[in-house]
Amino acid sequence: MNGRPAAGPIPRARGAATPASADAPPVAGERASAWPTLRLRHGVVLLAALLLPFVASPFITFQVAAQSLVLGLIALSLTFLGGYGGMVSLAQMTVAGIAGYAVAVLGTSSSAAISLGWPWWVAVPFALAIAVVAAALIGWLSVRTEGIYTIMITLAIGVAFYYLVLQNYTVFNGFQGLRELKPPTVFGVNWRAPVPFYFLCLACALAGYGLVKWVVRAPFGIALQGIRDNPRRMAALGYHVVAHRVAAYALAGLLAAVGGVLMAWYNGLMTPGSVGTGWLINILVIAVLGGMRHPIGAFVGAVLFVLLQTFAIDVIDRERFNLVIGGVFLLIVLCSPDGLLGLWAWLRARLGPRRAKTSPTTRRQA
Amino acid sequence: MSRTTRLLLMWILVGGPILVFSLWALFDNTRLYVVTLLNGLTLASLYFIVASGFTLVFGLMRNVNLAHGSLYLLGGYVAFATAERTGSWLLALAAGFAAAALAGLLIQVLILRRMQGQELRQTLVTIGLSIVIADLLLWIFTAQVHQMEAPEWLQGPIRGLPLINAYGAFRLSLLGFGLVIGFGLWWLLNRTRVGAMIRAGVDDRGMLAAAGVNVNLVFAITFMLGAGLAGLGGVIGAVELSMVPGEDTRLLLASLIVVIVGGMGSVVGAALGAIILGLAETYGLTYAPTYSVVFTFVILILVLAFRPRGIMGRAA
Repeated sequence: MNGRPAAGPIPRARGAATPASADAPPVAGERASAWPTLRLRHGVVLLAALLLPFVASPFITFQVAAQSLVLGLIALSLTFLGGYGGMVSLAQMTVAGIAGYAVAVLGTSSSAAISLGWPWWVAVPFALAIAVVAAALIGWLSVRTEGIYTIMITLAIGVAFYYLVLQNYTVFNGFQGLRELKPPTVFGVNWRAPVPFYFLCLACALAGYGLVKWVVRAPFGIALQGIRDNPRRMAALGYHVVAHRVAAYALAGLLAAVGGVLMAWYNGLMTPGSVGTGWLINILVIAVLGGMRHPIGAFVGAVLFVLLQTFAIDVIDRERFNLVIGGVFLLIVLCSPDGLLGLWAWLRARLGPRRAKTSPTTRRQA
Repeated sequence: MSRTTRLLLMWILVGGPILVFSLWALFDNTRLYVVTLLNGLTLASLYFIVASGFTLVFGLMRNVNLAHGSLYLLGGYVAFATAERTGSWLLALAAGFAAAALAGLLIQVLILRRMQGQELRQTLVTIGLSIVIADLLLWIFTAQVHQMEAPEWLQGPIRGLPLINAYGAFRLSLLGFGLVIGFGLWWLLNRTRVGAMIRAGVDDRGMLAAAGVNVNLVFAITFMLGAGLAGLGGVIGAVELSMVPGEDTRLLLASLIVVIVGGMGSVVGAALGAIILGLAETYGLTYAPTYSVVFTFVILILVLAFRPRGIMGRAA
């Protein structure tokens, strides 16, 4: 029970080996092919995602699908940090919120006294840059200590940021927040309309997903996974552990920042509530619900979360949503530490015995 | 030599601005300064009571109990309900402590024990629990502000104090509470057999188990004590601050910062951290209201930059 001196904060590393290997076999020669892991199911999911807005109602497209993609993108940043970097940060929503607030302050909002009114093509890159710098700073602070401390420090930073935007009126407009944030009208398309906004989110989500999939197989990603599994050995091999970790925070910060800008446009406003503890934890809930073994888990979790949020209120009292999501979260953490993906893998191992017989490699044993 | 110079430099860098500010504030408005000092110290007592439980649990079990704020809320609400039924303040205090301690015991025995050593999973579970407990409490007690009355012998201000004329009696008594709890913890940890076991567990859990001590029992007692302290803090908070949903986050943040600044697992560190945070928060709110959280940030950053394990923290 004592053990595990510096074995990284993901305790189930034994079961999950490396997240990349769980899905795609990490054979070196396979990198020769440009699309090593593209299979039928990818095509099916992509096709469904592309066709969805044409068959579903605008409500489903905007409130459910687009929101899932945005939340999934923010959760993806946590999956990348937690699953591949071994650092579970609760401040990813804070980074997203910083980007959202930056867009509101630099761009246009209803508070003319605060907003600087820059055009979107200046405001958005600046907002992303600010958020990435903030993420790197948060990373630099939290990687100074290890493992389980990360979660405490990032939570403290996140909650402190919440109180900052709540109490500060000169920049963040306090409790009121900043309102009437709109995506720009570019190429004659109103990007706030459900279908264009959905495709904007889909493009960003796909880009983020592809980026993570690519990075975790690039030398940097491999080194990061090595650091997750054994930081001391990697340090002995000459890798700069702190620099890799901070870089991972910065990269995750970029993902979260893109999600944050989309989030601000989706809601049309930034208030302290959007970076409150509830949301900090919801991002973790989403990532854990889906499973941190694979980047797709973030989006699976987001879809489940948004569906629960949208439709659970028809079944039970709206006020009791937290009870439902907390209960589901507890159930998942207690029963299946790898989330829905873990449950799926378990079911496949159970229900597909032939598969297990033909493949000599042992699948995950619980 | 170089170490002493660095220490001296740090004292001057940190202490200098504080000294200058204090002199200016004392000269500017003596009463405000002293009242703020007292407010800060009394708030620090509350923070210490809550955070000492947090740090005790963390130090022994390496378990970040993120439901600690919810246990605080639970203690406060139960005390409120008890006080309303019985009218006895002492009974309410005991009920708040007992309710949180029992909840803590159940959490430890029923859930956390089954995943010993899996720190991240335990933390995730406590997050889930905090969501559920907070929502259940919201359900039962609604979002109304609940405020408990202080016991009669502590109601109203104490008059005739030098410099500040009058100060709330209950608020002042918090200092005493903090001291009593601090002394009690010191006595428990340093003078009793259970305390020796807990200290041994903090240093080396494996060795303690090998020495034939029932570690599970020690864990359960410690978790109970830590949760109970959160509940006790809740009772005091129900009188001094008031109970509303959201207070759990506030106290959780305070506990986190107190133990990060003070050093995790150290009760003395918790006291130091609580004093620093309490003073920074109240002075910030008094002298620079919209930026008071920034001071907390700055303290956090300074400590993490120079002492990543906290002021009293030791290498693991």
